[in-house]
Amino acid sequence: MTAITRAEVEHLARLARLQLSADELDHYAGQLDVILQSVARVSEVAAEDIPPTSHPIPVENVYREDVARPGLDRSVVAAGAPAWEDDRFRVPRILDEE
Amino acid sequence: MAEMTTDLVRQPAAVLAKAMAEGEVSSEDVTRAHLERIAEVDEQVHAFLHVLSDEAISAARAVDSRRAGGEALGPLAGVPLALKDVLTMKGVPTTCGSRILEGWRPPYDSTVVERLRAADVIILGKTNMDEFAMGSSTEHSAYGPTRNPWDLERIPGGSGGGSSASIAAFEAPLAIGTDTGGSIRQPAAVTGTVGVKPTYGGVSRYGLVALASSLDQAGPCARTVMDAALLHAAIAGHDPRDSTSIAAPVPDVVGAAERGDVRGLRIGLVKELGGEGYQAGVSQRFAEAVDILTSLGAEVVEVSCPNFEYALAAYYLILPSEASSNLARFDGMRYGLRDGDDGQRSVEEVMALTREAGFGAEVKRRIMIGTYALSSGYYDAYYGQAQKVRTLITRDFAAAFEKADVLISPTAPTTAFRIGEKIDDPLAMYLNDIATIPVNLAGNAAMSLPVGLAPEDGLPVGLQVMAPPMADDRLYLVGAALEAALVDRWGHLLIEEAPEL
Repeated sequence: MTAITRAEVEHLARLARLQLSADELDHYAGQLDVILQSVARVSEVAAEDIPPTSHPIPVENVYREDVARPGLDRSVVAAGAPAWEDDRFRVPRILDEE
Repeated sequence: MAEMTTDLVRQPAAVLAKAMAEGEVSSEDVTRAHLERIAEVDEQVHAFLHVLSDEAISAARAVDSRRAGGEALGPLAGVPLALKDVLTMKGVPTTCGSRILEGWRPPYDSTVVERLRAADVIILGKTNMDEFAMGSSTEHSAYGPTRNPWDLERIPGGSGGGSSASIAAFEAPLAIGTDTGGSIRQPAAVTGTVGVKPTYGGVSRYGLVALASSLDQAGPCARTVMDAALLHAAIAGHDPRDSTSIAAPVPDVVGAAERGDVRGLRIGLVKELGGEGYQAGVSQRFAEAVDILTSLGAEVVEVSCPNFEYALAAYYLILPSEASSNLARFDGMRYGLRDGDDGQRSVEEVMALTREAGFGAEVKRRIMIGTYALSSGYYDAYYGQAQKVRTLITRDFAAAFEKADVLISPTAPTTAFRIGEKIDDPLAMYLNDIATIPVNLAGNAAMSLPVGLAPEDGLPVGLQVMAPPMADDRLYLVGAALEAALVDRWGHLLIEEAPEL
């Protein structure tokens, strides 16, 4: 049984914002199928009544004093930015051309 | 002391620290000796991605002058250390083994680095790793593999292969690793060194670039159990900047390493972690170590953890799910690589091109597995079910710890394999962590320490000790006792048998 097809891998790549090449799609389709079939073993465990664990050591409602703390200096942030203009991050357009 | 000054790099951290405290040697001498060793052997080993030569010397001089001024310094003051490249250090490149962070210099220190600085530890540089800690061989680094000092054709384990190789090659007496599914313990096992994954929440994750937030934990790597304990004590403890950090005193790991006593301790052999699938020499050395523990006065019992069989499958759903959301932050907008921004393309296209160019094969595989496991229609069957299995594994541990104070197993099913052997076979690679993963899922503490060389290939074998959450001290009680008995038998630490580089 196939768990995942090449077309599904293409869809996943789009969701994950990965511009995969055609070769990569071929390669990963086979590998992801093998991996997913293997991890699907979790379904063999009867666990209907078992509560899920999201975190190993449960910690709830962690509070701290609401005290203002200094943030990073703007020049420090600018130094790490891939593109910086007019004291701001420069980013590509977010809307389609219409 | 004449002997020591000629071979500073072979001394344990505790011995170096004592010699410095007594004024027999300076931190500058010790630091220089290690930097020279790195210059000599790292071309072969490739443990480091970045060496902080000048910074380390200045830091060492500062420690020396404060000591000369009569200041009382901590137990690791002036001792050099190698830092895994997944922890931020202000102004120092932090790549996580990825092209997407090439050249990025973080504007802040991680809590681990802050505590190392406070302990006056000298940071020598950043060590190589599988990209974003995804792997068991360090072959998935974008900057080329690290080699195992025992055999340069073999892997040093992963993801923290740079850290394990650096201490096995005597480039540093101490290193920091991070362990999400075994990335401290499996590298320790295959390099004949000691590695500890503290209880989840024991060491702050602030400034640790996240792989899987509910599993990640930083910890010590060293050549002796005592050195690991000293480093553990230096970095552990509550941190309000990590909301999962445990607000309780750090277990007395150094005291336990000093005592090193297993008399009357109940040690559980986990039936499911051994036997079929484990290399003959691994099983043999493990069995011999069990006999030693018995002879030292421990009560060895067999325990069963039936759901461990499903740990690997659950892990490879939970980890990719968390990783796919954590790694969404690498979008090429605020820091790191940006690719394909020609002024025409949309932000979405630039993100997809950036991530395609910046991530390696294993990272892409895991992001897609995680995206799949979290997508609607599959969530309950995959991620939801894996979380339930996680509960069952935690319950298995709880039941086992009713019968035993600690549990033991081989750390890894095999000794170090050859570079290239498993690189494009993800499932074969994932099996390396079969014995280490259950601990991460339950949040327990665990240690790997060397117990001999496999007769068939002459490579190191590791034994894993597992303790309940916040009982990290028990690891050191067992580790120190076993190490002392083995050193007594061999006349030296196992690492002394590694070939000259």
